[in-house]
Order: sequence, then structure tokens, then C-alpha cells
Amino acid sequence: MTKYENTGSKDTRSGYGAGMTQLGQTNENVVALCADLIGSLKLDDFKKNHPERFFQIGIAEANMIGIAAGLTIGGKIPFTGTFANFSTGRVYDQIRQSVAYSDKNVKICASHAGLTLGEDGATHQILEDIGLMKMLPGMTVINTCDYNQTKAATLAIADHHGPVYLRFGRPVVPNFTPENGKFEIGKAVLLNEGSDVTIIATGHLVWEALVAAEALEVKGISAEVINIHTIKPLDEEAILASLAKTKCVVTAEEHNILGGLGESVARVLSLNHPCPQEFVAVQDSFGESGTPEQLMEKYKLNNQAIVAAVERVMKRK
Amino acid sequence: MSDTQQLNNLVIQVRRDILRMVHAVNSGHPGGSLGCTEFFVALYQNIMDRKPGFNMDGIGEDLFFLSNGHISPVFYSVLARSGYFPVSELATFRKINTRLQGHPTTHEGLPGVRIASGSLGQGMSVAIGAAQAKKLNGDQHLVYSLHGDGELQEGQNWEAIMYASAKKVDNLISTIDLNGKQIDGTTDEVLCMGSIRAKFEAFDWDVVEIEKGNDIEAIIAGMTDAKTRTGKGKPVCVLLHTEMGNGVDYMMYSHAWHGKAPNDAQLEAALAQNYCETEKDY
Repeated sequence: MTKYENTGSKDTRSGYGAGMTQLGQTNENVVALCADLIGSLKLDDFKKNHPERFFQIGIAEANMIGIAAGLTIGGKIPFTGTFANFSTGRVYDQIRQSVAYSDKNVKICASHAGLTLGEDGATHQILEDIGLMKMLPGMTVINTCDYNQTKAATLAIADHHGPVYLRFGRPVVPNFTPENGKFEIGKAVLLNEGSDVTIIATGHLVWEALVAAEALEVKGISAEVINIHTIKPLDEEAILASLAKTKCVVTAEEHNILGGLGESVARVLSLNHPCPQEFVAVQDSFGESGTPEQLMEKYKLNNQAIVAAVERVMKRK
Repeated sequence: MSDTQQLNNLVIQVRRDILRMVHAVNSGHPGGSLGCTEFFVALYQNIMDRKPGFNMDGIGEDLFFLSNGHISPVFYSVLARSGYFPVSELATFRKINTRLQGHPTTHEGLPGVRIASGSLGQGMSVAIGAAQAKKLNGDQHLVYSLHGDGELQEGQNWEAIMYASAKKVDNLISTIDLNGKQIDGTTDEVLCMGSIRAKFEAFDWDVVEIEKGNDIEAIIAGMTDAKTRTGKGKPVCVLLHTEMGNGVDYMMYSHAWHGKAPNDAQLEAALAQNYCETEKDY
């Protein structure tokens, strides 16, 4: 199978910070907002280099979303930054009315998504944010898999007119996508061609899917691996093309099984090409404290869980 | 337009529009709309520096944000009568396929509207953002916003109020419609807010009070005073004392007409109380 090399593990949020640093230099309309989390969102450079375009809002996320909506009126491109929970669940109505329904060009950038936030526990580990955001008409929803892709996505969404939810995480994870690679919103990335099963993964689960595919190869199972970084709009064509070949699918995401990528894929398949699907996702529960690795194992969100799901779905073909 | 008689004639016309709009669809919010009619007329016809036509970015002109979006009838009427869209379109208010949704929105492309509002408490944050964009753009024009007094019970306002003074957003004039009423009764009965003036002052805003909030001349004087206070390091708050349902005797002094339309006979009575020579109903 296609080999991917970890060029040096990094956190995806640092990819966001690097993207913002670059945008600060290349796009004078980009402004950054932050709710008391400059260090966590890696915005130190942007703040230092462009103090007039950096807005420290304080611990007031609702106000931040509203101010971002207002800043678009006058041509600014606001990027809001805080943890995923406070970027979505806490401010859902502000995003719904002042951003999505008002058609405002706001980029909602969310770090520390999912279980891999770790020890802080369930209050901060939102597992519902993809669902919340994808339900909003007009909202683009992106969940990146590594540092390079997060940086590329940060640059790409500045050139996309319309509201975007960009989700990334806290932990250091393998960095394996191309440096300075092109990021096409809404375009799936075929990472490995296979013929027996399709694994469609997003975010931190993409690397796990590649590890799983290697383990499956040893077992004689040929797995196609697709990186879906854009959950909405979903690359239905790529999904259907793959499923026409493999006829069964495992979806993998660091999100609740309800409302996530898996459900979006299931909708596409049920409308076009019904076939067996297994879900690697959190089974409608909250998270808890622990290391990211412990949590991903306990909640069955790692490569072993993907292998097990593939074996289940293959029997249903 | 600055002649007081002309403005007062327009006030009558706008009242007629409001009453006929809500009557036609048996829904909508006449009480707060009538209470703020003089304010909207003064703002759009005298106070604000506006450019002809409509451009979302509003560079080089004053901007207005309506936070308490349920008083859309007065907003729509004044927008139409200020040239943003045909007056005849007021007849489509709240009807299927209209640009004049129950609560204002940009979603249908109605000129004059820059943000959706209706879910309360969000407009001040948006106005602050627009004001900060003006500063970034080197645009000396002002941003105005309007909020209900009951709306101040929404917590996001206080995030915004704290932020605006801390960040010296001094190109913003936020007006509070102090009619003392909300859906379930008086603001004192529902959730007494004490002195709103003291609260804004405690948050380090410059506060202007317009005691006669239904008097065109008093509004123009107060808002002109408010304008002179901008650019001095503090956001400006205008406390506008109004009477809900102003201009229709049976709607005044009560919260009952917050969100209720008049029936045929009530409409006739209300229109009879609001007639002038220059009347041009849509």
C-alpha cells in the first residue's frame, strides 16, 4: 500500500497558528479574534506582528461571535479562536443568527476538539460540534488531520467567501500530508487505493486509518483509505466511486456517532448506493479525563477499533 | 429632511404603515414599533449620514443595527420611506416569499438590513464589530444601534457593554428603548433591572438621556448631543424614554400590544387618530 511517513509529530493547532502567521502577512483583511486563549490557539505571532488586527475579546465567546459578524461589515475576514466547545455549543444561537443566517464571512476556528483534549475531561471535550455546525445552512465544516493540512486549510478558508467551521485538536499527532499541499474545500483525498473495503476517516482518525490499512494488508484485506477533511459540503462523488468498487465502508471520527461524518456518509449511501457501514465513533456518550491515548483506546477510536470494524463490515457484504 | 413638521408628518405616515402591516397579517409587533417611530424617523431623516443606495460594507457612511428585531414594522417602513426599497413592498410584510420577514434578515437581500436580528441580545456585539471595522478602515463615520430595555436581560449585552468601554469603541452610539415593558408585564415586574443609567455608567459608558423619546425635536437634540460625545474614548449610550404603542390611545400605557395586531375596527380607530394631509399609504 501507499506508504506515508510521519515527518515529525506536531499538534494541529500549531498548523492553525502557522496559517494565521502567514495570512497576517499576505491578506490585510484577515483579523484574528480570541477569547483568552492566545497560547492555546498559537496566535502569539499574529498578535505580535499585527496588533491592530488582533482582537482580545476576553472570556466572552458570544460577544466574540457577534463582533466577528460585525467586522465582516467593512470587508474584514474574521477568524475566531477558542476551544471547540466554546466555539460551537456555547454560542450556537449567535452563530446561527448573526453568522449563518446573516451570511457573514466568519471563520470559526476551534481547537481542542474531541476526546484528545485529554485530562480536562468531558466539560471541554465536545463530541457534538460537527453535528451542530453541519446542520446550519450555508456552513462549511472542515476537520483537519495533521499540522500541514490544518495550515493549508487555514489559508484556504480565507479565500472562501462564507461561514466556515474549522475543527482541529490539542495533542501532538503524526504529520504526514505534504508540506504546503493544496487544500481544496469539499474535495476528498484518496490516501490509499484498495478493493475490499473503504475506510473514510476525518481528523485525528485519518492516521489511525492508515495504520489500520497496513494491519489489514497483512491479513490480506485491501483497504481503500479516504481522508474527508470537509464534512460539508461532502465529496459525494468520491465516496460513491469508492463504494462502487469496495461495496462496504467504515467511517471513523472523533465525534459522537450521532450527527457526525458517519451519518453524512450513511445519508449519501442510502440515497445512492445502500451498502453495509460500520461506525468508529463515540457511542452517544460524554468523554472523561485521561490521556488522549487512554481515551482513544477506551472509546474505541484507534487503529485497532478500525480493524475490528472492517472485519465486522466485511462479514456483512 | 429636517423641517419638524415634515418629520412629524412622516411619523404619522410610518404609524399608519405599521398599523396596516400588522393588521394585514394579523401578527407582528406594533407596540414597540410605535414607541420608536419618532426615533427611527429622526435617525434616518436627520441624524445619520447616509449614502444613496445600499452597500453591505457601508464604508463612508453611518450604519444602524436593530438588535430588538421584533420591531421590524417600524424599521421596514422607515427604510422604505427613506428610499431603500419600494414602499409598495411593505404590503408583503410577513407573507410567503417576502423579503420583509417577521424579523429582519439579510438572507433575502432586503436593502438596508445588515444583520439578522430577532433572537435578542446579539446586536450590540455586531455593532461593536462594525465600529471596529470602521476604525481599521480609517472611516470616521459612526455606528448606531437600538436595543429594547427588556432585551438587556440577555447576558451577551453585558459582555458587549464591558468590551466596548474596555476597548474604547467610541464611534458607537447604542440607544436603549426605555419603555419599561416586555411580554409578561413591566420590566420591573418581570426582572427589575434597577438603574440602567447607573449600570452603563458603572461600565464606563458616556450616557445621554432623552426624556421625551417620542418628541422629534427632543430626539434630534439628544442624538446630536450624543454625536458630539463620540471620539472621546468612551462608547455612548442613549437612554430613550418612550411610550409603547405611542400615537394610538388604546395601545398606550400597556404591554398588551407588544405582539398583537389590531382587528378591523381597531385599525380604523387607530388610523383615524393618525391622519395628516400628506398621507400616502402604500
